[in-house]
Amino acid sequence: MSSSPSPGEPLVHVDNVDKVFHRGSEEIHILSNLNLRVPAGEFLALMGPSGSGKSTLLNLIGGLDRPTRGTVTVAGDRLDQLSDRQLAAWRARHIGFVFQLYNLMPVLTAEHNVELPLLLTPLTKAERRRHVATALAMVGLSHRATHYPRTLSGGEQQRVGIARGIVTDPTLLLCDEPTGDLDRKAGDEILNLLQALNREHGKTIVMVTHDPHASARAARTVHLDKGQLSNGEVH
Amino acid sequence: MKFIHLVWGNLKRRKLRTSLTLLSILVAFVLFGFLCAIKQALVGGVALAGADRLIVRHKVSIIQLLPETYQARMERIPGVAAVAHQTWFGGIYQDPKNFFMQCPVVPEQFMAIFPEFILPPDQMKAWLATRTGAIVGRKTAERFHWKVGDKVPILSPIWLRQTWEFDIVGIFDGAKKGTDTTSMFFRYDYFDEARKAQNWGTGQVGWYTIKVKDPAQAADVARRIDEEFANSPAETKTEPEGAFAQGFANQIGNIALIVAGILGAVFFTILLVTGSTMSQAVRERIGELGVLKAIGFTNGQVLGLVLTESCLLTMLGGGLGLGCAWVLTAQGDPTGGMLPMFFFPVRDLLLGLGLSLLLGIVTGILPAQQAMRLRVSDALRRM
Repeated sequence: MSSSPSPGEPLVHVDNVDKVFHRGSEEIHILSNLNLRVPAGEFLALMGPSGSGKSTLLNLIGGLDRPTRGTVTVAGDRLDQLSDRQLAAWRARHIGFVFQLYNLMPVLTAEHNVELPLLLTPLTKAERRRHVATALAMVGLSHRATHYPRTLSGGEQQRVGIARGIVTDPTLLLCDEPTGDLDRKAGDEILNLLQALNREHGKTIVMVTHDPHASARAARTVHLDKGQLSNGEVH
Repeated sequence: MKFIHLVWGNLKRRKLRTSLTLLSILVAFVLFGFLCAIKQALVGGVALAGADRLIVRHKVSIIQLLPETYQARMERIPGVAAVAHQTWFGGIYQDPKNFFMQCPVVPEQFMAIFPEFILPPDQMKAWLATRTGAIVGRKTAERFHWKVGDKVPILSPIWLRQTWEFDIVGIFDGAKKGTDTTSMFFRYDYFDEARKAQNWGTGQVGWYTIKVKDPAQAADVARRIDEEFANSPAETKTEPEGAFAQGFANQIGNIALIVAGILGAVFFTILLVTGSTMSQAVRERIGELGVLKAIGFTNGQVLGLVLTESCLLTMLGGGLGLGCAWVLTAQGDPTGGMLPMFFFPVRDLLLGLGLSLLLGIVTGILPAQQAMRLRVSDALRRM
């Protein structure tokens, strides 16, 4: 089944992918014959105007959606060959998501939000607690563990979102506009954190962003326009 | 269990809505408990009736008397093990609203046929030795604070239309939970001798209870008894004690159908209320359900979470309602004696718990399926 590639080897293979949505009888081509490689340990920024297909590509890589044509292979697994149930288990094992609007459960404390992905693992309660404490410490929020999202600032909520994304030590961290709803200072803190996760912990990160300031923190930026990659750039 | 804080947190999300839904479920189950207790009071006698006992009454009506001399003839009929008679006294203690049954009986015969009445041997001895002696059930003794040795005046509007005095010589208990301990029994010889003064009813009794040797032969014995007294001035109608109790209850109507009708209407309303609550709850957090799926929750787990939430809601409301009903019905007959077997049976309590679970499943299944079928990417867009 899956195998984690060594640093530098491609972790993500997107091959000849089309994605078509239907609105009534109209066909909307979001992605067209798209090819992309993301090496293990890379911090990649996906940029492009609204409607260019950035989030759709992120969803395909994260196994949230399926391509109309082509294949997506992540960590050695062909996602189109997995059933819905297998795909859910695969996401739990390999993918950490960070969303623009944090997407925390308002009824759970920060530590219970971070614990959510661990509930799908066979870890004991004590082990889960240890993992949650480590993740919150990594994002600098140990002191806010028992706080509810409504009592946290936007930056803090996003850090909780990142802790939730990394608590299972996923193979790949997918971030959809992680600084899109934050002011510059809070956004910088989040970007520092993502950079640290990539550089110090070797985490592979794919980040969708509009913001050139954010993309500048990535090791490589690719541009999407009208469903196709327009160029590649290495910083 | 590890998902319980998520389920519980979702229930607490809209406290007012959850509280009102819980309250409506609670009230429905309190009503369920009360109706079950009323049904038990009205038809419980059927279940408690002895399978080996027959009731012999006048063919025309229970209020028509039968000759006391029938007893010896009944005892000779094959299959009859024992015979005892009772007569409706209809007395009033202090106030007509203080209703309870009183009957004159022949003590040894009566107690032999009704083993569910437990009377200490020394009190039985005292009853046999005291012509004006009466035994009273525990509930009535406690209700009027009677104790052994008390003299009790009871006015009979039927017999002599005067106040009769009885000496309480014993207090009996029931062998089973549903046994009626509201009645009073006193000696037939005292009653029959006293009523000679009114020159009416002497030597006549209200009805007979027959104990048969073999319950399987009860129908044959009943037929033989009725044949024995056919074409006499007082023809008889003999039926099993259960059928007799059922006939009594049926005078009010089909209790089970009435109760089922009321509960059906109540539960249908609760179904709509809870179903609406759950649908709203799922609609409000489609985005959050998408997040759960994104981080690896399967469709089945999402379905389970929503169903658990609806079942927790209905079982919490149902459990609290049933608990309240249990406590309230444990206070006893609210009519002051008209419903001596008024209590909430354990089997109905368990049925109520089952109903609350069923209610949770039925109200939760559609929203749960809706949550299960959500496409993750669509759901995340609605965050």
